[in-house]
Parts: sequence; C-alpha cells; structure tokens
Amino acid sequence: MARKRAIDPGEAVGILSAQSIGEPGTQMTMRTFHYAGVAEQVPTGLPRLIEIVDVRRTPKKPTMEIYLTKEYSKNEESAKKIAEEIEEVSLGKIAEIRENFARKEIEIIPDEEGLKEQGLTRGDIVKKVKKTVSGSIREEGNSIVITPKTTLLRSVRRTTNKLRTLHIKGINGISRVVVLKGDGEYYIRTGGTNFEEVLKWKGVDSDRSYTNNIKEVEKVLGIEAGRNAIIKEAKQVLDMQKLDVDTRHIMLLADAMTMNGEIKPVGRHGLSGEKVSILARAAFEETIKHLIAAAVKSDEDRLLGVTENVIVGQEVPVGTGTVKLAMKMGKK
Amino acid sequence: MVVDKVIDKIKFSLFSPEMVRKISAAKISVPDTYNEDGYPIDGGLVDQRLGVIDPGLRCKTCGGKIRSCSGHFGHIELVRPVIHPEFAKSIFVLLKATCQSCHRVLVSKKQIDDFKAALKDEEIAEQMLASIKKLSKCPYCEAKQQDIKLEKPTTFYRGDKMLLPTEVREVLAAIPNDDLKLLGVDPEYSRPEWMVLTVLLVPPVTVRPSITLETGERSEDDLTHKLVDIMRINQRLEANINAGAPQLIIEDLWELLQYHVTTYFNNETTGIPPARHRSGRPLKTLSQRLKGKEGRFRYNLSGKRVNFSARTVISPDPNISINEVGVPLQIAQELTVPVKVTQWNLEECKKMIMRTEYPLVNYIIRPDGKRKKATEKSREELSTTLEPGCIVERQLQDGDIVLFNRQPSLHRISIMCHNVRVLPGRSFRLNLAVCPPYNADFDGDEMNLHVPQTEEARVEADLLMKVQDQIISPRHGRAIIKGQEDHVSGAYFLTRKSAEFIKGEACKILSIAGIYELPKPDRGGKYSGRLLFSQLLPKDFNLSYVSKLCREKVCKKENCEDDGYVVIKNGRLLSGAIESKGFESELIEKIVRDYGSDAAREFIDNATRMSLYVISKQGFSVNLTNYTIPEEGRKQVEEIVENAKREVDSLVVQYKNKTLARLPGRTLRETLEERIMMTLSKARNNCEDIVENHLGPENTSILMARIGSRGSILNAIQMAAMLGQQAVRGKRISRGYKGRPLIHFRRGDLGAEAKGFVTSSFRDGLNPKEYFFHSMGGRESLVNTAIRTARSGYMQRRLINALQDLVVFSDTTVRDAGGAIVEFVYGGDGNDPKKITKGGEVMTGPERE
Repeated sequence: MARKRAIDPGEAVGILSAQSIGEPGTQMTMRTFHYAGVAEQVPTGLPRLIEIVDVRRTPKKPTMEIYLTKEYSKNEESAKKIAEEIEEVSLGKIAEIRENFARKEIEIIPDEEGLKEQGLTRGDIVKKVKKTVSGSIREEGNSIVITPKTTLLRSVRRTTNKLRTLHIKGINGISRVVVLKGDGEYYIRTGGTNFEEVLKWKGVDSDRSYTNNIKEVEKVLGIEAGRNAIIKEAKQVLDMQKLDVDTRHIMLLADAMTMNGEIKPVGRHGLSGEKVSILARAAFEETIKHLIAAAVKSDEDRLLGVTENVIVGQEVPVGTGTVKLAMKMGKK
Repeated sequence: MVVDKVIDKIKFSLFSPEMVRKISAAKISVPDTYNEDGYPIDGGLVDQRLGVIDPGLRCKTCGGKIRSCSGHFGHIELVRPVIHPEFAKSIFVLLKATCQSCHRVLVSKKQIDDFKAALKDEEIAEQMLASIKKLSKCPYCEAKQQDIKLEKPTTFYRGDKMLLPTEVREVLAAIPNDDLKLLGVDPEYSRPEWMVLTVLLVPPVTVRPSITLETGERSEDDLTHKLVDIMRINQRLEANINAGAPQLIIEDLWELLQYHVTTYFNNETTGIPPARHRSGRPLKTLSQRLKGKEGRFRYNLSGKRVNFSARTVISPDPNISINEVGVPLQIAQELTVPVKVTQWNLEECKKMIMRTEYPLVNYIIRPDGKRKKATEKSREELSTTLEPGCIVERQLQDGDIVLFNRQPSLHRISIMCHNVRVLPGRSFRLNLAVCPPYNADFDGDEMNLHVPQTEEARVEADLLMKVQDQIISPRHGRAIIKGQEDHVSGAYFLTRKSAEFIKGEACKILSIAGIYELPKPDRGGKYSGRLLFSQLLPKDFNLSYVSKLCREKVCKKENCEDDGYVVIKNGRLLSGAIESKGFESELIEKIVRDYGSDAAREFIDNATRMSLYVISKQGFSVNLTNYTIPEEGRKQVEEIVENAKREVDSLVVQYKNKTLARLPGRTLRETLEERIMMTLSKARNNCEDIVENHLGPENTSILMARIGSRGSILNAIQMAAMLGQQAVRGKRISRGYKGRPLIHFRRGDLGAEAKGFVTSSFRDGLNPKEYFFHSMGGRESLVNTAIRTARSGYMQRRLINALQDLVVFSDTTVRDAGGAIVEFVYGGDGNDPKKITKGGEVMTGPERE
C-alpha cells in the first residue's frame, strides 16, 4: 500500500521543487516586517527568500531569539539582567569623547548615569582603555585624559575613533536587546547576532536559542543544522505569506545547497556555477567565460544534464527519458 | 522514435593554425565583397566557396543549394600575429606561471611531487596556480624573474618593456607539454601559442548573410563589416612591411589590426571603444551573438521555435469538459496530424484525401520525403498514387491530443494536454475550472496550442499531462483544478438548507449535469437542493468537515444554524452547505484520491455546470443600493471615525507632552506611529459588524465573502463604510512637503487625516485629499508588482538552473547529473506530494464505511 503514494522513479523532482518554490514568488509581498522592538524592518516575503537562496553572509537584519534556562526564564528581572549583560556597550555609548588637538590629548567624560545603568565603574573603562591605547592615562576630576604616544594629528583622530567603538562589555555584534514574554517564559530578542558567544553564555538555553543568520548556524552548529536552518527560514517566509508549499520541495532545495558539506548559494557563484556541464553553465550566465575556460582546459561535456541535451537536440535524461529500452525489430 | 545517432560528449579545444588552414575552403585575400556587377569576388569575404545565400546559386565547394549547403569556413593569413582578446587572461596566467628564461613552471620539483601525491588530478592545477608566489628566481635555471603585467585588454609588459604578440607567442610556444598539463592545459588539444592568432578563421557566409533592401541595395552583416576592416588593415600592414616602412608605422598598424580583431571577437571589451556602424550603432560581433537573453544560447539553443502550433485569444466555455479545449475551425484546418499509411488503412486514407469538406488532408508526404499539397485538382491523382509508406497530414479533429499552454510557464501545469473540440468562432475555449493552473482570465489573454506529431509524443502527453491528472497540484497536494467564484456561489445556493425545487426545476438541474434519473422527492412534493447535488457524488461517498460558514465557538455539528457542518454519508449530503472549502478543496481532493481522476473530472464538469445553472436561474449581481448603509449605520460609522480621531489626537498630545509610554525597543516617535496605526486599523475593523448588520447576510458582497467565493469583508467595508488608512512603505503617508504631505494641512500635523486616513467609502466617493492619498498607495503597489515580477522571475530561473538535473532514481535516491546523491530517499519518506493526503495521513485506498 505504501508504494501507492511513492514518488515515481524518473520524476524530475528538482524542477518540480524549483517551480513550486518559484511560482508563488509572484504572489509574495515585498513589505518588511517589524519584529517587536529590535531591528525594525526585517525583510520578509520575496526579498528574504532571495536572501536565503543567495546565502548572504549576513542577512539584512540579523536577529536572534535567545531562550533562557529555567532559572532565568520565569522571572522578568533575571531575564532583563542577562539581556543587559549580553548587549554590547561601546565606549561611545556611555561616554563623551573629546579631542584636544592643541594639547594633543583625548578626553573621555563618562556619563555617570549611563555607567550606573550598565553596572560599570570608571575603573572598568580605565582598564579597557589602558589595554588598547599606548600612552599615558591620567584621571582628571570627572574625566579620563589620554596623552597618546604618537602625537601626529592623524593618529590622534584614529585613536579617538578606535576609542569610540571600544568594546566595554557584552557580546560583540549584539546591538539591541529586548526582553519579550511568550509561552509562559521570558526570552530575549536581539538585533545583530553572535551565535557562538551567546550559546556559551551562562543562563542561555543553547538547545533552543536561534539566529536567522544561516551562515552562522552552519559555522557554529555544522552543516546539518545549516540545512535545517534553510528549511526553517524558507518555510517561515512562505507560511507568513500564507503560501502553501510542500516541505519536500524546500527540503530538496536545502539538500542540494548543502550536499557538499558547505552551504552553496543558488546562482552563478554556487550551484549553477559549479555544474559539470559546460553548455549548461554557458547557457545560464557568463557564456563566454565558460566557453573560453573549457577550450583552454580542453574540457568535455558529457551531456548528462537537461540543458545540454536540449541544446544539442536530444532526449532529456529525466522522466521517460531515463528509460533506456530498445525493441528488436524485424522478423524472427 | 528510432534514435540512430546519439551525441555522447562534446569536447572543447583550441584550433591550431594548421587546423584552421585544413578546415578552410578558401583563403580570403581581397578586402571586399561584391564587384560592380553584384557578383561575389573570388577570394573576397563572400567567396562562393564559403557557401551560398542567394537562391539559385550553387556552392562552389560542395555543389549544394541554399538549404542543403550549410556553408564552409575560410581563413585570413594575418601578416603579424595578434592576441585573441578572450584568451588574454589565460595567457597572462601562463606567462606569470612560467620561467622567463627556461619556460618551466615556477614551482619546485618537490612541491609538484607533493601535490601529485596529495591531490586528485583536477585539483592540482588549482593548487599550482595558488602556490606560484612571486618567485624572483626560477627553481630550475635560477634565472631572475621580472614582473609581468597585463594592460587590458591585450597588451603585455615584462618589467617595463612591452611584449609584442610575436614575443608572447614565442614564449608560450616554449612551455614544455608536461608543465602545461600541471597547469590544467591539455597541450594535445590546446597549445597555448594557439591563443595568439596567426591565422583567422572566417565563418561561412551562411553565418553572416547579407540582406537585400527594398531598394535593391545590399546590406552586409556586422561580422562581414568587421572582417572587411580586418582584411584592409592586414593588407596595409603587409604593404608597409614590404615597402620597409619605419618600425613606428608598422607598430601602429599592428595595433590597429589588434583593435579590429579584438572588437571582432567582442565589441564590448572593456577599455576600448566599441566599433560602430556607419549609423553610430555599435556592431554586434561574435561575443554579442552568443551572450545573454537574446544570444544564441538562450534564444536559439535552450528555446526553439516550433511548427504545428497556434495562438489566439481565449474565452470561457462552461459546457466543455475540463479535458477539452475549444479550437476554432480556422485553426483546426491549418494544423495537421500525420497519419502513416499502411496496407490496413490505405482505403480509409484514400477516402480521406477525396473528401471535399472540413476534415481534409492538407499534405501528403511520399516515401521519398517529397511533400505534396492536396488541392482540389491534385486530390484525385494523389489518392490513386497513395501507397503504404506515405504519410497523410490530416486536419485537426475532435478528440485529437494537443498541448495547451499559457505564458509565463511558471510551473509544469502551465502546459497540459487537452482533447480537441472543434468549435465555431475565433477564440480558444476552455473550461473555467482549468483557469487556476494556467493563471488565465479572459481580459484578452492569449494561449498557445501545440500538436504532437509522433505517436510517442501523443501517448506521453495523454498519459502524463492530461488535465484530469493534474487536478491535484504537486506544489502543495491540494486541488488546483476546481470550482471557483460563481461555481461556489451556485453550489451554495443549491445546497443551503432552504433550497428546494419543484419537479420541473429539479429535472432541469439534473439534466444539465447529465443525470437523467430523478430521485424520490424528499421535501413533500419538492426536491431539496442537497438531494440534487448528492446525485453528483459517488454512491458510497462519505465525508464530513467544518466549513467556512461555521461561526460557533463550539461546533453544534448537524444542528449548525449556519449550515456550517457538512456531512455526506453514502453519497447523500445530509447537512451543511457547500462553500469554497468544499468545492475548491475537500470534495474534489477526496474524489480524486478515492475514486480516481476520471470520476473527479466528471464531478468537476457536472457540478460546475449544475452550479452555474442554478446561479444563472436565480440571478446574482450587485448594484449601488447594496452598499448603501441606512442612516443609523452611517451614524455608527461616523461615531467610530470620531472616536478614532479623538484617540489619535490624544495620543499625539501624549507624545508632545512626552507622557506616552514607550514600547520596548522603540523610540517615542515609533511608538506613536505604531499606536496610531493600531487605533486606525481597529477603527476600520470595527466597521465590520456595522456593515455586516446593515447590509445583511444575503447581501451579495457579504455572502460571497462568507462562503469564500470572491472578495472579503474588507472589500465590503471599503465600499460601504470607509477606506481606512492609506500607506506607503508600510507607514502612514509622510512624504511630500516639509512636515506635511499636502499644503492643505498644517506643518507637523500628526493627526489621522493629515497622514492619509481616508474616512470616505467608495460608495460616497473620496474628497480630493483622500483621492490623492489613495493614489499614492495605489502607485506604490503598482511599482511593487512590476519589481516583484522581475525579481521573482530571476529567482525562479536560478532555482530551476540549480535544481533541474535532480531526478529520482529507481533505488529511491535523488541524484544530480553527475550521479552524486542529493537525497537518499526523496523527501525523507519517498512520498509524492501529489499523492499523499494533506496532513500526512496515509492513504490506504478507498475509505469506505
């Protein structure tokens, strides 16, 4: 009985999958979506789907959903505390930085209130600054004054810029955090991602926490997780648009993108650009480049795929074309 | 089809000069085309040995005529070698990778051995090139290496000295074969010195035909023009060299020759001005012919023009089956189906030829391949000389198998197999239920029809592509060929509780659906619509589901007042009315899966016809009064508007006082916008009840929204109550003048109306300001649609290109063209999305109680 619903051998499932994902593309919206709080305007719909198949190194708006272990997730206060710890704080955010070109000095005036909010002391800042800047540092009343070693104006400016983005606390790349409530627990949504560091953080439930940056998932958790991330993200986009596409189609796309152990984008820099067939590549994009390269290497096209055979005018090796059956003609 | 030739593989390589001379049928020596009398010059660029393009003439090489001779190549002997521009990069790599004195590869023996031990053959070249550092010394002869530079497109420098093509060629020629292999160049087929041209292959005239203008003037192809240029400079260069001209002049001419050759290959080479036609239009040279959407590959090779096809406007016909397509007689008379004449159908075919009206024979193909047109005069003779082995091309008839297609062909069900139904008129006719897979409507859409010409093609089309086998879409496993819109409305009117018909009506309704057996009346002397509808269902059909009409929190099952609980038992519709969920999905899917596609086709054909009859009998339309809310309702709407505006104003005040509570992660301004948007959309939604109550459940719009046949409640609200907030980029309208969208508002006004809240309804009409806001939103959506189609089209092209070779093998694996496994079992469970029932239920044959 199970065979009754089995897929037919020879079925061109690749084309089927591509069509099933591509066809609803015209019905998708281009609008962006507001994630409560963080990173406004997260692309959804077509732009996001394109982002997924392109495997952009960083999505336009990377966000994470950080779930917490039981001790922290029940209580809003403890969740907030972790959120605050995680949020990246740069020096520029909690202090005013002034340059004194006449005296070739840089003055840092910490914002006392901001410090308190972040649970930091001036000492923390001094320590951090000492590590990054070469030169003498002294505290002058409210402010910290730095006299850099090199006194070229250009290098003073460079130091100031470095100070402004100086990492004081938190996790690199997490620019915004919001604590949200859902399903009887508190969780954190972030703008910006740093999956690796977050998973190591105490109190974070590393089993459930998630980032929408597929490349990062692959890097941290491996190719299988990357495959699942592609499926999850693509499915989410389609669901949000109320477009019904069978999971099998998305799975096949994800499997094709990840089959060689790394995520390859769909397009000339990925799957299509690495095809064996010269003619198929030439017919897709960058025609001349592929023909020239083939001539230099004196490559062969074995005509195993679809486009190649269409080009030479032969039967295509999918569907009924996969069957090699010959009948002996003539009388016995 | 008997396949007697199969191309197994195609090898790409470079031509050696010797090979070019061998291939060449003529050496081109005159930089001209025709003489004064209009005859091709011998040794000119349209030498008759290169093939013929003029009818009547014969090729001097093979003696063939215009169609039978495909042309022959010629060649030009270049006086000085020239770099092939497309290979400049490859040359550059080779120059850098080899020693300038001994011409060996600049990688030490040891490292090469390491590579050979560790890597596969294909990977060596890549690694080699990567490891060629800026060695200042050759590891073999220890010669010092100078810097090699490529000044695009074709000029090479060694140190500060320019390398002439002759020098480049000498260097390349000196690279030993074994070292080339290491660099991924196969010297047997592609010696690098062949990348510097000494002989130029001239394509046959058939590749670059000239066209004769109305004035009798000849206009040459762009390639011919370019070749003439090359020949001219080549001759001048030769003359100058022979006359012993100064080196400077020779080099200038040489460079000019290089320019012409470069543009001959690619007229879009960066860094040089494109060669232009007299009119100023850039010439289309070799590269441009192959490249891009209109290039050889995509335009002529991946997509091909076909015969036996037709195209015309489509129009609906609910009376033909979903499997059929109405074909205008005119088209049927033009398109033909080949019939092989055998000893068994010889007489039949003779009769067919002798016919004098419609299904005629258009052509007869004799066993020797000669094609004869059957005319009134020639009929007699053709019929008597007909013999087995001939092929008779007869006109298209009812029942013939054809393929029907509407572009854009976004998925495979954009092309399906129909049976022909020859009809009067000039348009293709199709059943309304097959519109969704084609995404067709009748506002002027055109569709294409193709007639398969071989038995195999017909069988495949019939077996695999027939419309009735595509009822379930493989995209989501749901019905895509289904009753829609008026079909659904009609089915609802037929199956609602109150629907009953007297005997005469009942007979008509049933007979329209092809049922000639009248059941016993079930409502006194009358027949309930449900009884009539039930006659369409198989006798052992069982199904129950909660329909869209259900409004209760707890299902009352059969006692539902809204006809919301559908129960079908043993082929009888017992409770519930058929709405969109039933007609567009549940019923059809169940019938396809349990009773097969023949039954489903019959059901769709008959049920839609029955529904349409019912709805056209009672009439179903709208007019202005359908959207007029009585005074009481208008007041309620006004109140909602006033309240909303007041609320917005108070939010604005709070915002200005900074007492507004900030939403997490938002600025104060964002919070305000968010809150206002929520308030205003709530205001519009609040109109739902008012509209619904005052228009009543029987109002056409409301009814259609409820049963899901067309439109939504929102449409009714916008027509009867108010349009609501207009948005651009998902926000309230804020562009225009400084601080205000229109000059009719105060600067900085954050109120509802100043930001595009439209309180008028379509019925009342919009005031100028509202109209303007509405247009802004309307324009955005038009722009978006245009962009979206382009972007999604490209995405789909890429997806298809990436996945097209993936096929399920008979061992359940999915593999690509190279045989690499992508999935071990398709979809993880080997199931076909088209065959499983939705929700993952296992289908175990007909489900019968």
